[in-house]
Amino acid sequence: MRKINTQTIENKIYEMALKAGVNLTPSCKTALKKAYETEDGGAAKFALKTLCDNAEIANKKDMPVCQDTGMAVVILEIGQEVFLEGKPLKTAVNDAVRRAYADGYFRKSICDPITRVNTTDNTPAAIHIEICEGDKIKITYLPKGFGSENMSRLYMLKPAQGVDGIIDAIVETVRLAGSRPCPPVYVGVGIGGSFDTCAYLAKKAITRDIGTHNEREDIAQIEKTALEKINALNIGCQGFHGKTTALGVSCEWLPTHIAGLPVAVNIQCHCIRCEKEII
Amino acid sequence: MKELTLPLSKKTVKELKAGDSVLISGTIMTARDCAHKRLFSLLDDNKPLPFDLKDAVIYYAGPCPAKPEQPSGSCGPTTSARMDVFAPRLLNLGLGAIIGKGEMSDEVRKAVKDNCAVYFAAIGGAGALYADAIKKSECIAFDDLLSEAVYKLEVVNFPAVVAYDCHGGSIY
Repeated sequence: MRKINTQTIENKIYEMALKAGVNLTPSCKTALKKAYETEDGGAAKFALKTLCDNAEIANKKDMPVCQDTGMAVVILEIGQEVFLEGKPLKTAVNDAVRRAYADGYFRKSICDPITRVNTTDNTPAAIHIEICEGDKIKITYLPKGFGSENMSRLYMLKPAQGVDGIIDAIVETVRLAGSRPCPPVYVGVGIGGSFDTCAYLAKKAITRDIGTHNEREDIAQIEKTALEKINALNIGCQGFHGKTTALGVSCEWLPTHIAGLPVAVNIQCHCIRCEKEII
Repeated sequence: MKELTLPLSKKTVKELKAGDSVLISGTIMTARDCAHKRLFSLLDDNKPLPFDLKDAVIYYAGPCPAKPEQPSGSCGPTTSARMDVFAPRLLNLGLGAIIGKGEMSDEVRKAVKDNCAVYFAAIGGAGALYADAIKKSECIAFDDLLSEAVYKLEVVNFPAVVAYDCHGGSIY
Protein backbone atom coordinates (compact mmCIF):
# COMPACT_ATOMS: atom_id res chain seq x y z
CA MET A 1 0.00 0.00 0.00
CA ARG A 2 1.37 3.39 -1.02
CA LYS A 3 -0.20 6.54 0.41
CA ILE A 4 -0.59 9.50 -1.94
CA ASN A 5 -2.14 12.76 -0.82
CA THR A 6 -4.56 14.17 -3.39
CA GLN A 7 -2.79 17.53 -2.98
CA THR A 8 0.21 15.94 -4.75
CA ILE A 9 -2.09 14.97 -7.63
CA GLU A 10 -3.59 18.47 -7.70
CA ASN A 11 -0.17 20.12 -7.87
CA LYS A 12 0.97 17.81 -10.64
CA ILE A 13 -2.18 18.44 -12.74
CA TYR A 14 -1.80 22.19 -12.16
CA GLU A 15 1.72 22.08 -13.63
CA MET A 16 0.59 19.89 -16.52
CA ALA A 17 -2.33 22.19 -17.34
CA LEU A 18 -0.11 25.29 -17.40
CA LYS A 19 2.39 23.56 -19.67
CA ALA A 20 -0.24 22.06 -21.99
CA GLY A 21 -1.96 25.40 -22.62
CA VAL A 22 1.10 26.96 -24.23
CA ASN A 23 2.81 23.98 -25.89
CA LEU A 24 1.99 21.62 -28.73
CA THR A 25 3.15 18.03 -28.25
CA PRO A 26 6.55 17.34 -29.90
CA SER A 27 4.93 14.85 -32.31
CA CYS A 28 2.36 17.48 -33.32
CA LYS A 29 5.05 20.10 -33.99
CA THR A 30 7.01 17.60 -36.10
CA ALA A 31 3.90 16.61 -38.06
CA LEU A 32 2.96 20.24 -38.80
CA LYS A 33 6.48 21.03 -39.97
CA LYS A 34 6.43 17.98 -42.24
CA ALA A 35 3.01 19.01 -43.63
CA TYR A 36 4.39 22.49 -44.36
CA GLU A 37 7.41 21.07 -46.18
CA THR A 38 5.23 18.66 -48.19
CA GLU A 39 2.70 21.27 -49.35
CA ASP A 40 3.38 22.77 -52.79
CA GLY A 41 2.17 26.30 -52.22
CA GLY A 42 -0.89 28.49 -52.06
CA ALA A 43 -3.08 29.34 -49.09
CA ALA A 44 -2.59 25.93 -47.40
CA LYS A 45 1.19 26.36 -47.27
CA PHE A 46 0.74 29.92 -45.98
CA ALA A 47 -1.59 28.61 -43.26
CA LEU A 48 0.81 25.81 -42.25
CA LYS A 49 3.67 28.31 -42.02
CA THR A 50 1.45 30.51 -39.82
CA LEU A 51 0.76 27.54 -37.52
CA CYS A 52 4.45 26.65 -37.18
CA ASP A 53 5.26 30.31 -36.39
CA ASN A 54 2.36 30.45 -33.92
CA ALA A 55 3.71 27.48 -31.94
CA GLU A 56 7.06 29.27 -31.56
CA ILE A 57 5.44 32.57 -30.50
CA ALA A 58 3.23 30.79 -27.95
CA ASN A 59 6.19 29.00 -26.40
CA LYS A 60 8.42 32.07 -26.38
CA LYS A 61 5.79 34.41 -24.93
CA ASP A 62 4.22 31.81 -22.64
CA MET A 63 0.83 32.43 -24.29
CA PRO A 64 -1.89 29.90 -25.11
CA VAL A 65 -1.22 28.33 -28.52
CA CYS A 66 -4.93 28.61 -29.24
CA GLN A 67 -7.45 30.84 -27.47
CA ASP A 68 -9.69 27.79 -27.08
CA THR A 69 -7.84 26.44 -24.07
CA GLY A 70 -10.45 23.75 -24.06
CA MET A 71 -12.39 21.57 -21.72
CA ALA A 72 -9.92 19.91 -19.37
CA VAL A 73 -9.97 16.16 -19.98
CA VAL A 74 -8.16 14.28 -17.21
CA ILE A 75 -7.54 10.54 -17.34
CA LEU A 76 -6.33 8.98 -14.09
CA GLU A 77 -5.04 5.41 -14.17
CA ILE A 78 -4.72 4.57 -10.51
CA GLY A 79 -2.85 1.52 -9.25
CA GLN A 80 -5.00 -0.55 -6.88
CA GLU A 81 -2.22 -0.51 -4.28
CA VAL A 82 -2.54 3.26 -3.92
CA PHE A 83 -4.32 4.64 -0.87
CA LEU A 84 -5.58 8.16 -1.51
CA GLU A 85 -5.70 10.58 1.39
CA GLY A 86 -6.59 14.26 1.65
CA LYS A 87 -9.37 16.14 -0.12
CA PRO A 88 -11.72 14.20 -2.43
CA LEU A 89 -9.97 13.25 -5.67
CA LYS A 90 -12.41 15.03 -8.01
CA THR A 91 -12.21 18.18 -5.91
CA ALA A 92 -8.41 18.06 -6.20
CA VAL A 93 -8.60 17.71 -10.00
CA ASN A 94 -11.06 20.60 -10.35
CA ASP A 95 -9.02 22.77 -7.98
CA ALA A 96 -5.96 22.16 -10.18
CA VAL A 97 -7.90 23.20 -13.28
CA ARG A 98 -9.37 26.26 -11.56
CA ARG A 99 -5.92 27.48 -10.40
CA ALA A 100 -4.21 26.79 -13.74
CA TYR A 101 -6.85 28.58 -15.83
CA ALA A 102 -6.64 31.64 -13.57
CA ASP A 103 -2.84 31.76 -13.27
CA GLY A 104 -2.23 30.90 -16.95
CA TYR A 105 -4.65 33.57 -18.22
CA PHE A 106 -6.46 30.80 -20.09
CA ARG A 107 -9.95 31.25 -21.46
CA LYS A 108 -12.76 29.93 -19.30
CA SER A 109 -14.96 28.08 -21.77
CA ILE A 110 -17.28 25.93 -19.66
CA CYS A 111 -20.93 26.91 -19.31
CA ASP A 112 -24.37 25.64 -18.35
CA PRO A 113 -25.74 23.74 -21.37
CA ILE A 114 -29.17 25.37 -21.14
CA THR A 115 -28.69 28.89 -19.76
CA ARG A 116 -25.17 29.19 -21.31
CA VAL A 117 -23.99 30.97 -18.15
CA ASN A 118 -20.22 30.51 -17.77
CA THR A 119 -18.93 28.64 -14.68
CA THR A 120 -16.11 31.28 -14.77
CA ASP A 121 -13.30 28.90 -13.75
CA ASN A 122 -13.34 26.26 -16.53
CA THR A 123 -14.59 23.56 -14.18
CA PRO A 124 -15.83 20.92 -14.07
CA ALA A 125 -13.18 18.92 -15.88
CA ALA A 126 -14.09 15.75 -17.77
CA ILE A 127 -12.57 13.18 -15.40
CA HIS A 128 -12.04 9.52 -16.27
CA ILE A 129 -10.78 7.14 -13.58
CA GLU A 130 -9.43 3.67 -14.28
CA ILE A 131 -8.19 1.29 -11.63
CA CYS A 132 -5.20 -0.76 -12.72
CA GLU A 133 -2.34 -2.82 -11.27
CA GLY A 134 0.50 -1.39 -9.21
CA ASP A 135 1.14 1.48 -6.82
CA LYS A 136 1.48 4.40 -9.22
CA ILE A 137 -0.87 6.93 -10.81
CA LYS A 138 -0.62 7.75 -14.49
CA ILE A 139 -2.10 11.15 -15.33
CA THR A 140 -3.03 12.17 -18.86
CA TYR A 141 -4.09 15.79 -19.33
CA LEU A 142 -5.73 16.87 -22.60
CA PRO A 143 -7.26 20.36 -22.98
CA LYS A 144 -9.82 19.67 -25.71
CA GLY A 145 -11.00 22.41 -28.06
CA PHE A 146 -14.61 22.29 -29.18
CA GLY A 147 -14.36 23.42 -32.81
CA SER A 148 -13.12 19.90 -33.46
CA GLU A 149 -15.15 18.20 -30.72
CA ASN A 150 -18.32 19.48 -32.45
CA MET A 151 -17.42 17.56 -35.61
CA SER A 152 -17.08 14.18 -33.86
CA ARG A 153 -19.51 11.30 -34.51
CA LEU A 154 -20.63 7.97 -33.14
CA TYR A 155 -21.80 5.21 -35.48
CA MET A 156 -23.61 2.04 -34.46
CA LEU A 157 -22.68 -0.04 -37.51
CA LYS A 158 -23.98 -3.49 -38.39
CA PRO A 159 -21.44 -6.30 -37.88
CA ALA A 160 -21.74 -7.13 -41.61
CA GLN A 161 -20.28 -3.71 -42.47
CA GLY A 162 -16.93 -4.86 -41.05
CA VAL A 163 -13.60 -3.18 -41.74
CA ASP A 164 -14.87 -1.37 -44.85
CA GLY A 165 -17.72 0.11 -42.81
CA ILE A 166 -15.29 1.27 -40.12
CA ILE A 167 -13.02 2.99 -42.65
CA ASP A 168 -16.01 4.59 -44.40
CA ALA A 169 -17.28 5.96 -41.06
CA ILE A 170 -13.88 7.50 -40.26
CA VAL A 171 -13.48 9.07 -43.69
CA GLU A 172 -17.09 10.29 -43.79
CA THR A 173 -16.70 12.05 -40.44
CA VAL A 174 -13.67 13.97 -41.69
CA ARG A 175 -15.35 14.73 -45.03
CA LEU A 176 -18.50 16.10 -43.39
CA ALA A 177 -16.40 18.17 -40.96
CA GLY A 178 -14.68 19.79 -43.95
CA SER A 179 -12.96 23.07 -43.15
CA ARG A 180 -14.70 23.57 -39.81
CA PRO A 181 -12.64 21.62 -37.21
CA CYS A 182 -9.30 23.34 -38.01
CA PRO A 183 -7.72 20.75 -40.27
CA PRO A 184 -5.20 19.16 -40.51
CA VAL A 185 -6.90 17.05 -37.87
CA TYR A 186 -5.82 14.11 -35.73
CA VAL A 187 -8.49 11.42 -35.79
CA GLY A 188 -9.15 9.37 -32.67
CA VAL A 189 -11.23 6.26 -33.29
CA GLY A 190 -12.91 3.86 -30.90
CA ILE A 191 -13.85 0.46 -32.34
CA GLY A 192 -16.14 -1.87 -30.40
CA GLY A 193 -17.18 -1.73 -26.77
CA SER A 194 -20.57 -0.16 -26.01
CA PHE A 195 -22.10 3.24 -26.90
CA ASP A 196 -20.26 4.88 -23.97
CA THR A 197 -16.97 2.99 -23.79
CA CYS A 198 -16.52 3.34 -27.56
CA ALA A 199 -16.60 7.15 -27.28
CA TYR A 200 -14.07 7.02 -24.43
CA LEU A 201 -11.76 4.82 -26.53
CA ALA A 202 -11.84 7.46 -29.28
CA LYS A 203 -10.84 10.13 -26.77
CA LYS A 204 -8.02 7.95 -25.43
CA ALA A 205 -6.83 7.32 -28.98
CA ILE A 206 -6.15 11.06 -29.35
CA THR A 207 -3.73 10.95 -26.42
CA ARG A 208 -1.43 8.62 -28.38
CA ASP A 209 1.48 10.32 -30.15
CA ILE A 210 1.11 11.04 -33.86
CA GLY A 211 2.99 8.47 -35.91
CA THR A 212 2.44 5.59 -33.49
CA HIS A 213 0.26 2.65 -34.49
CA ASN A 214 -1.97 0.18 -32.71
CA GLU A 215 -0.16 -3.00 -31.68
CA ARG A 216 -2.69 -5.12 -33.55
CA GLU A 217 -1.63 -5.42 -37.19
CA ASP A 218 -5.21 -5.42 -38.57
CA ILE A 219 -6.14 -2.32 -36.54
CA ALA A 220 -2.91 -0.57 -37.58
CA GLN A 221 -3.87 -1.30 -41.19
CA ILE A 222 -7.24 0.44 -40.63
CA GLU A 223 -5.33 3.49 -39.36
CA LYS A 224 -3.08 3.56 -42.43
CA THR A 225 -5.85 2.98 -44.99
CA ALA A 226 -8.15 5.57 -43.40
CA LEU A 227 -5.35 8.17 -43.32
CA GLU A 228 -4.60 7.61 -46.99
CA LYS A 229 -8.27 8.02 -47.93
CA ILE A 230 -8.64 11.13 -45.75
CA ASN A 231 -5.64 12.82 -47.33
CA ALA A 232 -7.08 12.07 -50.77
CA LEU A 233 -10.12 14.23 -49.82
CA ASN A 234 -8.13 17.39 -50.66
CA ILE A 235 -9.65 19.40 -47.79
CA GLY A 236 -6.19 20.55 -46.70
CA CYS A 237 -5.02 22.88 -43.97
CA GLN A 238 -7.92 25.14 -42.89
CA GLY A 239 -9.97 23.80 -45.81
CA PHE A 240 -7.71 25.62 -48.28
CA HIS A 241 -7.13 22.30 -50.17
CA GLY A 242 -3.84 20.43 -50.27
CA LYS A 243 -2.08 17.22 -49.38
CA THR A 244 -2.53 17.12 -45.60
CA THR A 245 -6.09 16.91 -44.28
CA ALA A 246 -5.13 14.70 -41.32
CA LEU A 247 -1.88 14.34 -39.42
CA GLY A 248 -2.78 10.83 -38.35
CA VAL A 249 -5.46 8.29 -37.45
CA SER A 250 -5.27 6.52 -34.09
CA CYS A 251 -7.56 3.58 -33.28
CA GLU A 252 -8.23 1.81 -30.00
CA TRP A 253 -10.48 -1.22 -29.63
CA LEU A 254 -12.51 -3.30 -27.20
CA PRO A 255 -14.56 -6.47 -27.64
CA THR A 256 -18.18 -5.68 -28.47
CA HIS A 257 -21.60 -7.38 -28.54
CA ILE A 258 -22.37 -10.01 -31.22
CA ALA A 259 -25.15 -7.73 -32.51
CA GLY A 260 -23.13 -4.55 -32.93
CA LEU A 261 -20.11 -2.69 -34.22
CA PRO A 262 -19.84 0.72 -32.52
CA VAL A 263 -17.38 3.16 -34.10
CA ALA A 264 -16.68 6.52 -32.46
CA VAL A 265 -14.71 9.16 -34.32
CA ASN A 266 -13.36 11.95 -32.11
CA ILE A 267 -11.83 14.79 -34.09
CA GLN A 268 -8.84 16.65 -32.66
CA CYS A 269 -7.70 19.85 -34.37
CA HIS A 270 -4.05 20.43 -35.34
CA CYS A 271 -3.48 22.09 -31.97
CA ILE A 272 -2.66 18.97 -29.97
CA ARG A 273 -1.85 19.73 -26.36
CA CYS A 274 -1.41 16.65 -24.18
CA GLU A 275 0.72 16.03 -21.11
CA LYS A 276 1.47 12.70 -19.44
CA GLU A 277 3.03 12.15 -16.02
CA ILE A 278 3.42 9.30 -13.57
CA ILE A 279 3.32 9.82 -9.82
CA MET B 1 0.21 39.62 -49.95
CA LYS B 2 -2.26 42.56 -50.10
CA GLU B 3 -2.22 45.13 -47.31
CA LEU B 4 -5.70 46.36 -46.41
CA THR B 5 -6.68 49.30 -44.22
CA LEU B 6 -10.16 49.42 -42.65
CA PRO B 7 -12.81 50.50 -43.38
CA LEU B 8 -12.69 48.89 -46.83
CA SER B 9 -13.96 50.88 -49.79
CA LYS B 10 -16.26 49.03 -52.21
CA LYS B 11 -13.56 49.53 -54.84
CA THR B 12 -11.06 47.61 -52.67
CA VAL B 13 -13.61 44.89 -51.89
CA LYS B 14 -14.22 44.37 -55.61
CA GLU B 15 -10.51 43.82 -56.18
CA LEU B 16 -10.35 40.96 -53.66
CA LYS B 17 -10.51 37.42 -54.97
CA ALA B 18 -11.06 34.20 -53.02
CA GLY B 19 -7.66 32.75 -52.17
CA ASP B 20 -5.85 36.10 -51.85
CA SER B 21 -3.63 36.39 -48.77
CA VAL B 22 -4.09 39.71 -46.99
CA LEU B 23 -2.80 41.68 -44.00
CA ILE B 24 -5.56 43.70 -42.33
CA SER B 25 -5.04 46.87 -40.26
CA GLY B 26 -7.72 48.90 -38.50
CA THR B 27 -10.63 48.44 -36.10
CA ILE B 28 -12.55 45.16 -35.80
CA MET B 29 -15.22 43.96 -33.33
CA THR B 30 -15.31 40.50 -31.81
CA ALA B 31 -18.64 38.73 -31.47
CA ARG B 32 -19.44 35.04 -31.21
CA ASP B 33 -22.45 32.91 -30.26
CA CYS B 34 -23.85 34.66 -27.17
CA ALA B 35 -22.97 38.21 -28.32
CA HIS B 36 -24.87 37.61 -31.56
CA LYS B 37 -27.95 36.52 -29.61
CA ARG B 38 -27.77 39.79 -27.66
CA LEU B 39 -27.26 41.86 -30.83
CA PHE B 40 -30.32 40.19 -32.36
CA SER B 41 -32.44 40.92 -29.28
CA LEU B 42 -31.48 44.61 -29.58
CA LEU B 43 -32.34 44.63 -33.28
CA ASP B 44 -35.70 42.91 -32.62
CA ASP B 45 -36.51 45.55 -29.96
CA ASN B 46 -35.44 48.42 -32.27
CA LYS B 47 -32.73 49.40 -29.80
CA PRO B 48 -29.32 50.77 -30.82
CA LEU B 49 -26.40 48.35 -31.19
CA PRO B 50 -23.18 48.92 -29.20
CA PHE B 51 -21.37 49.75 -32.47
CA ASP B 52 -22.33 51.05 -35.91
CA LEU B 53 -22.81 48.12 -38.30
CA LYS B 54 -22.21 50.23 -41.41
CA ASP B 55 -18.94 49.00 -42.98
CA ALA B 56 -17.95 47.41 -39.66
CA VAL B 57 -15.93 44.21 -39.47
CA ILE B 58 -17.01 41.43 -37.11
CA TYR B 59 -14.40 38.91 -36.00
CA TYR B 60 -15.78 35.59 -34.75
CA ALA B 61 -13.50 35.21 -31.76
CA GLY B 62 -13.41 34.86 -28.00
CA PRO B 63 -9.99 35.84 -26.64
CA CYS B 64 -8.10 34.54 -23.64
CA PRO B 65 -7.74 37.13 -20.85
CA ALA B 66 -4.79 39.46 -21.40
CA LYS B 67 -1.84 39.36 -19.02
CA PRO B 68 -1.21 42.74 -17.40
CA GLU B 69 1.57 43.71 -19.83
CA GLN B 70 -0.26 42.54 -22.97
CA PRO B 71 -2.90 44.35 -25.09
CA SER B 72 -4.71 41.04 -25.70
CA GLY B 73 -4.57 37.38 -24.80
CA SER B 74 -4.53 34.68 -27.49
CA CYS B 75 -7.20 35.52 -30.03
CA GLY B 76 -7.62 33.27 -33.06
CA PRO B 77 -10.87 32.75 -34.96
CA THR B 78 -13.71 30.42 -33.95
CA THR B 79 -15.76 28.24 -36.33
CA SER B 80 -17.87 30.59 -38.47
CA ALA B 81 -20.55 28.03 -39.35
CA ARG B 82 -22.18 28.50 -35.94
CA MET B 83 -22.91 32.08 -36.98
CA ASP B 84 -24.61 31.05 -40.27
CA VAL B 85 -27.98 31.94 -38.75
CA PHE B 86 -26.84 35.46 -37.84
CA ALA B 87 -24.58 36.66 -40.65
CA PRO B 88 -27.05 37.34 -43.52
CA ARG B 89 -29.20 39.78 -41.51
CA LEU B 90 -26.14 41.74 -40.33
CA LEU B 91 -24.66 41.82 -43.84
CA ASN B 92 -28.00 43.11 -45.18
CA LEU B 93 -27.83 45.88 -42.56
CA GLY B 94 -24.47 47.07 -43.84
CA LEU B 95 -21.82 44.93 -42.14
CA GLY B 96 -18.76 45.28 -44.38
CA ALA B 97 -16.81 42.13 -43.63
CA ILE B 98 -16.66 38.99 -41.50
CA ILE B 99 -13.54 37.29 -40.19
CA GLY B 100 -13.73 33.71 -38.95
CA LYS B 101 -12.68 30.23 -39.97
CA GLY B 102 -14.18 27.50 -42.11
CA GLU B 103 -16.97 27.24 -44.63
CA MET B 104 -20.27 29.07 -44.09
CA SER B 105 -23.72 28.42 -45.59
CA ASP B 106 -24.82 29.21 -49.14
CA GLU B 107 -27.10 31.91 -47.65
CA VAL B 108 -24.07 33.67 -46.14
CA ARG B 109 -22.13 33.36 -49.36
CA LYS B 110 -25.08 34.91 -51.24
CA ALA B 111 -25.41 37.72 -48.67
CA VAL B 112 -21.69 38.48 -49.02
CA LYS B 113 -22.16 38.76 -52.79
CA ASP B 114 -25.44 40.71 -52.68
CA ASN B 115 -23.99 43.31 -50.29
CA CYS B 116 -20.56 43.62 -51.89
CA ALA B 117 -19.00 42.41 -48.64
CA VAL B 118 -16.19 39.95 -47.97
CA TYR B 119 -15.56 36.95 -45.72
CA PHE B 120 -11.97 36.54 -44.56
CA ALA B 121 -10.68 33.27 -43.13
CA ALA B 122 -8.17 33.80 -40.36
CA ILE B 123 -5.90 30.86 -39.54
CA GLY B 124 -7.61 28.76 -36.87
CA GLY B 125 -5.37 27.72 -34.01
CA ALA B 126 -2.93 30.60 -34.39
CA GLY B 127 -4.14 32.44 -31.28
CA ALA B 128 -0.73 33.59 -30.03
CA LEU B 129 0.27 34.95 -33.43
CA TYR B 130 -3.00 36.91 -33.67
CA ALA B 131 -2.48 38.36 -30.20
CA ASP B 132 0.74 39.81 -31.60
CA ALA B 133 -1.26 41.65 -34.30
CA ILE B 134 -3.64 43.19 -31.73
CA LYS B 135 -2.33 46.51 -30.45
CA LYS B 136 -5.33 47.54 -28.37
CA SER B 137 -8.39 45.77 -26.98
CA GLU B 138 -11.39 47.26 -25.22
CA CYS B 139 -14.58 45.53 -24.08
CA ILE B 140 -17.43 47.71 -25.41
CA ALA B 141 -20.49 45.56 -24.65
CA PHE B 142 -21.88 42.58 -22.74
CA ASP B 143 -18.92 42.31 -20.36
CA ASP B 144 -20.81 39.69 -18.32
CA LEU B 145 -20.23 37.32 -21.24
CA LEU B 146 -16.47 37.26 -20.46
CA SER B 147 -14.65 35.94 -23.54
CA GLU B 148 -17.92 36.08 -25.49
CA ALA B 149 -18.33 39.83 -24.95
CA VAL B 150 -17.83 42.38 -27.74
CA TYR B 151 -14.22 43.60 -27.85
CA LYS B 152 -13.12 46.49 -30.04
CA LEU B 153 -9.69 45.54 -31.38
CA GLU B 154 -7.10 47.69 -33.11
CA VAL B 155 -5.13 45.35 -35.36
CA VAL B 156 -2.01 45.82 -37.46
CA ASN B 157 -1.02 43.37 -40.19
CA PHE B 158 -3.57 40.76 -39.17
CA PRO B 159 -3.04 37.80 -41.57
CA ALA B 160 -6.04 36.26 -43.34
CA VAL B 161 -7.14 34.72 -46.60
CA VAL B 162 -10.13 35.85 -48.69
CA ALA B 163 -12.63 32.99 -48.25
CA TYR B 164 -15.75 34.42 -50.00
CA ASP B 165 -15.34 37.38 -52.33
CA CYS B 166 -18.04 39.79 -53.50
CA HIS B 167 -18.22 38.10 -56.90
CA GLY B 168 -19.51 34.82 -55.44
CA GLY B 169 -16.07 33.16 -55.37
CA SER B 170 -15.08 30.76 -52.58
CA ILE B 171 -11.79 29.24 -51.52
CA TYR B 172 -13.51 26.10 -50.22
